[in-house]
Amino acid sequence: MPIGILLWCMFALLALALAAICIATRRYATPILYAASALICGVALFTASVNLIAGSPATLAFPLGLPWIGAHFRLDALSSFFLVIVNLGAMAASLYGIGYGQHESAPARVLPFFPAFLAGMNLVLMADDAFTFLLSWEFMSLASWALVMAHHRAPETMRAGYVYILMASAGTFALLLAFGLLAGPDGSYGFAAIRASHPTPLLAALVLLLALVGAGSKAGLVPLHVWLPLAHPAAPSHVSALMSGVMTKVAIYAFIRIVFDLLGPPQWWWGIVVLMLGGASALMGVLYALFQTDLKRVLAYSTIENIGFIFVGLGLALAFRADGFEAAAALALTAALFHAFNHSLLKSLLFFGSGAVLTATGQRDMDALGGLIHRMPITAFAVLAGCFGISALPPFNAFASEWLTFQAILLSPELPQWGLKLVVPAVGALLALSVALAAACFVRLFGITFLGRARTAAVASAHEADKFSLSAMLALATFCLLAGIFPGFVIDAIGPVIQDVIGAHMPTQASVPWLSIVPIAQSRSSYNGLLVFVFIAMSAAMTATAIHILASRKTRRSPIWDGGFPDASPVLQYSANSFAQPIRRVFGAILFRAREEIAMPPPGDMSPARLQIHLQDIIWDVLYVPIASAVGFVADRLNIFQFLTIRRYLSLVFVALVTLLLVLAIWR
Amino acid sequence: MALIRDLAVQGTQMFLVVLLAPFVTGLIRKMKARLQRRQGPPVLQPYRDLLRLMRKDVVLADNASWLFRAAPYLIFAATWVAAALVPTFGAGLLFSWSADLIAIVALLGSTRFFLTLAGMDVGASFGGIGSSREVMIASLAEPAMIMIIFSLALLARSTQLSTIAEYMLSPQVGLRVTLGLAFVSLVMVGIAENSRIPVDNPATHLELTMVHEAMVLEYSGRHLAVIELAGSLKLLLYISLIACLFTPWGLAPVGAGWQAHAIGATAYLAKIIMACAALAIFETTIAKMRVFRVPTFLGAALMLGLLGTLLLFVSRGL
Amino acid sequence: MHGIDFDIAHLLAGSLVLVSFMMLYQDRLYALLNIYALHAVVLSLSVGWQAHIQDAPHLFITASIALLFKAIFIPIVLHRMIVKLGIHREIEAVGSIGLTMLVGIGLVGLSLAVMLKVTAGADLVAREDIAFALSVVLLGLLIMVTRRNAVSQVVGFMSLENGLVLAATGAKGMPLVVEISVAFSVLIAFIVIGIFLFRIRERFDTVDVRALDRFRGEQR
Repeated sequence: MPIGILLWCMFALLALALAAICIATRRYATPILYAASALICGVALFTASVNLIAGSPATLAFPLGLPWIGAHFRLDALSSFFLVIVNLGAMAASLYGIGYGQHESAPARVLPFFPAFLAGMNLVLMADDAFTFLLSWEFMSLASWALVMAHHRAPETMRAGYVYILMASAGTFALLLAFGLLAGPDGSYGFAAIRASHPTPLLAALVLLLALVGAGSKAGLVPLHVWLPLAHPAAPSHVSALMSGVMTKVAIYAFIRIVFDLLGPPQWWWGIVVLMLGGASALMGVLYALFQTDLKRVLAYSTIENIGFIFVGLGLALAFRADGFEAAAALALTAALFHAFNHSLLKSLLFFGSGAVLTATGQRDMDALGGLIHRMPITAFAVLAGCFGISALPPFNAFASEWLTFQAILLSPELPQWGLKLVVPAVGALLALSVALAAACFVRLFGITFLGRARTAAVASAHEADKFSLSAMLALATFCLLAGIFPGFVIDAIGPVIQDVIGAHMPTQASVPWLSIVPIAQSRSSYNGLLVFVFIAMSAAMTATAIHILASRKTRRSPIWDGGFPDASPVLQYSANSFAQPIRRVFGAILFRAREEIAMPPPGDMSPARLQIHLQDIIWDVLYVPIASAVGFVADRLNIFQFLTIRRYLSLVFVALVTLLLVLAIWR
Repeated sequence: MALIRDLAVQGTQMFLVVLLAPFVTGLIRKMKARLQRRQGPPVLQPYRDLLRLMRKDVVLADNASWLFRAAPYLIFAATWVAAALVPTFGAGLLFSWSADLIAIVALLGSTRFFLTLAGMDVGASFGGIGSSREVMIASLAEPAMIMIIFSLALLARSTQLSTIAEYMLSPQVGLRVTLGLAFVSLVMVGIAENSRIPVDNPATHLELTMVHEAMVLEYSGRHLAVIELAGSLKLLLYISLIACLFTPWGLAPVGAGWQAHAIGATAYLAKIIMACAALAIFETTIAKMRVFRVPTFLGAALMLGLLGTLLLFVSRGL
Repeated sequence: MHGIDFDIAHLLAGSLVLVSFMMLYQDRLYALLNIYALHAVVLSLSVGWQAHIQDAPHLFITASIALLFKAIFIPIVLHRMIVKLGIHREIEAVGSIGLTMLVGIGLVGLSLAVMLKVTAGADLVAREDIAFALSVVLLGLLIMVTRRNAVSQVVGFMSLENGLVLAATGAKGMPLVVEISVAFSVLIAFIVIGIFLFRIRERFDTVDVRALDRFRGEQR
């Protein structure tokens, strides 16, 4: 019984967390604990995969939690699929942690929370009533918050933790309200009861917006993304990988569960809202990423971009579903889920790579790195694969999901509403723009960090990462390539999920000749990752052989030529900021009000001239600053309540109680 | 039998494009030279250049990595695969279903990924300037290309290149505004992607305006030969793409006999010469833009593509 | 009214929108005038084609008015005016060109969405022509709004008027009298603006309309 095994796994993870509290300071604790969690996640991964391919929905209830509800758990195709994502990422992170955790300065602040965090994410996916869901959700948030605060002395970490806990609470609050509305006045909090009830259109729209706020803030949807680039990089790298690669997918799961499963048939305009938010996230996310110089922050912003991509798929699926185009909705949802899977692999891989760089050099700032391909060849290779993959280039995996999304967009003329007809191609243009910018962003990331010449002494003496970290990275890179070469198998594996949620699924890809993939049955478009890979490999081999036979084989080494004026110092290389300068001038001037300021020393002064770049975060200025100042204003006004006498406090409580009773008396 | 014929067409196409690519470069150079009243190098000069480069030693910078040495082959291979999938003289390419138009554009994106990385590998400032400008140009050219694909694919109801070409040959296509917009946009993208005037100047060296040449500045010998060949191949690819999408006349249909293929080959050659002449005249009459005018140019291409897609909804209420 | 007839009408009307975009993109005065001339040529072709397919000979007169006045006479006069005024050839646009083009795309989308919804059930060619015409009008307004130079504002105004003519010819049967009166009113407007331009210039030494704000107490 898979659900039993999975719950036992979660129990084991929680026990591991307790054990970690006791032994965390011992030297042997780190490898043992990570190995154990890798093992448990492996079991959970295996169980979930088997259940995804050949399983039927199963439920399990415990007499825990609220007395009249209990704790309900359910395992269906949707949760199995996300369990696979979570446990695959968790297993890789645990494996990576065996090596990476050795360098941790405060293991007692990481080790207990790590398994707890994993258990929290898994429990969210299995919850079958609102109470269990919210409890697990909050547990996951708090555990990840504790992990973010692992290095709590750094001022930026403190700010990150503060913003994170605020946003997480607001998100949970929104979800709480959403479930409250869904449960209705009778308070039926079980998902089965919610599924059976049909909310009015107005109520459904409210729930959609609340779900967008609740799940969207956890996923990092613009404009609720502000905490994400602060919190994700602050955690230890394998936790960053989990938060960026996996926890955002749990948020996607929450959105799908509420909007696609619990809420009933959608309205067509829901699609527009989700599409526009997704498109904006994709473009804003990648532009933010392009202007950062902190390695992990670039990755965190790139997560926002990919979440935007996934939400565009979800929005398309909503729009198609509202108009009754089941096949197209299945295609769009498959694209979204496939991309979620791809992104979890790629982002984990890239965060592992950044962790390896951080351990080897002590640097996260790209402008202090450079030339690491010579010192850390295997890490460089794995990160190159990740960068290539996340730029959505064939034959890697993200291209396949991007291809499916574009194919879904191309079905949009079938939609009857003019709003959708015009919005969908425009969002398509946004996606195309963000995909191209993502390639630029990751060329920049890899080029500045790993290529060129070392910019600081610490980098010049860096060492390759340990075996465990390397094997985790290489395994993920292999998965990415395999998912890109055989996308049909992944799509088929997602099939049952789509069948469950939409009621239709994409054509079975395994039956398409030569392992090609096709978007819908009557389509004449196809893509074959395997053949593209084989063709590239063959032509490269042919060219190399031909050149080897025909051309001169001699190679001489010499100093850099650079047009006859080689740079004296590695500092003069193109830096992360200078690489982004053309794009900053094109896009940043409007969206970020980017300004460059050159501070020239007066004549005779020997100090260097300095270039300063000012970027303004419009969303922060327009949305958050007013809210913060309003809260501050109200707090100031409420300050008088702090200095009242006991009698007055008592009378306040008394008045509040009477008011509530009055409300109850009148309302009921 | 049919399989053998298809395989023959595919194989011929694959080697034809490689053999023809330097000729196209040479032809454009010759035409430009004549337009500027110069004698100009012979048309076959690019072949000689390639052979000469092959015979020379490779001079590698001290800190060049394996990526720098592998990149030329990867760039060439991806370009070659993309070029082999664009119908030139016959639509019946055996493997045309393995990559549609989106995948072909993404393949060209992969070549750019490696080219820009190779530019940054040595850590010289020319390479950096080239790479950073190239990604800026690509960040606008690629979405413009995707929008062109959207307009064409919405019309033909497929992103498969051979299917689109078939559709363009069929009588139902008619004169459409969208096609005009897509054509103008595709030409603009093609000019930018192939580093032609007014976006970049293929004949310049050691100027602050160059983009493509700056990235490959550190390459020499056989590596440079492979990259140059890939560049010519990409130019031929775009010419074939425009020819196949907007002037598909003479293209041998799927399963046609050898006569149709012969006609197709003749027509293809004529189209190439026309395209070279048009490009040469265009390049002779126009001046290179400032780098920061290029985004406006490409932004216009992107807008045209988007406009074309939107206008589709007007056409016969699609 | 099908097949090639329809296609050509469609193509010409669409090209008019395209040329409007070229005007939006162009930031040099001489080039702007040339493109305006092209705009008028495309308009006259479009009107001529409508005359042909609607069998309405009076539209040929409209077409020739468009060709003579708008494509030849007005550009030449404006050209000479620029030379006489000796104004610099760069147009100072408000905001970046990319953003303006984006707004333009939005306007075209808007006019399509509005017109195709409103005119549902009408003749297909008329629907399209009207949708395109509204786009041209809106784009003309956009040109006027985003330019500071008086001459380019005039050009924007003229292109707006071209859109009106397109709409009128598409909706079969606008009387010739209306046609001619519109053409002449525009001509008079043109002359008035021309005189006005010289007046501005005499007084303020520039044709930048911001100079006028000072006398309305609106100067920043």
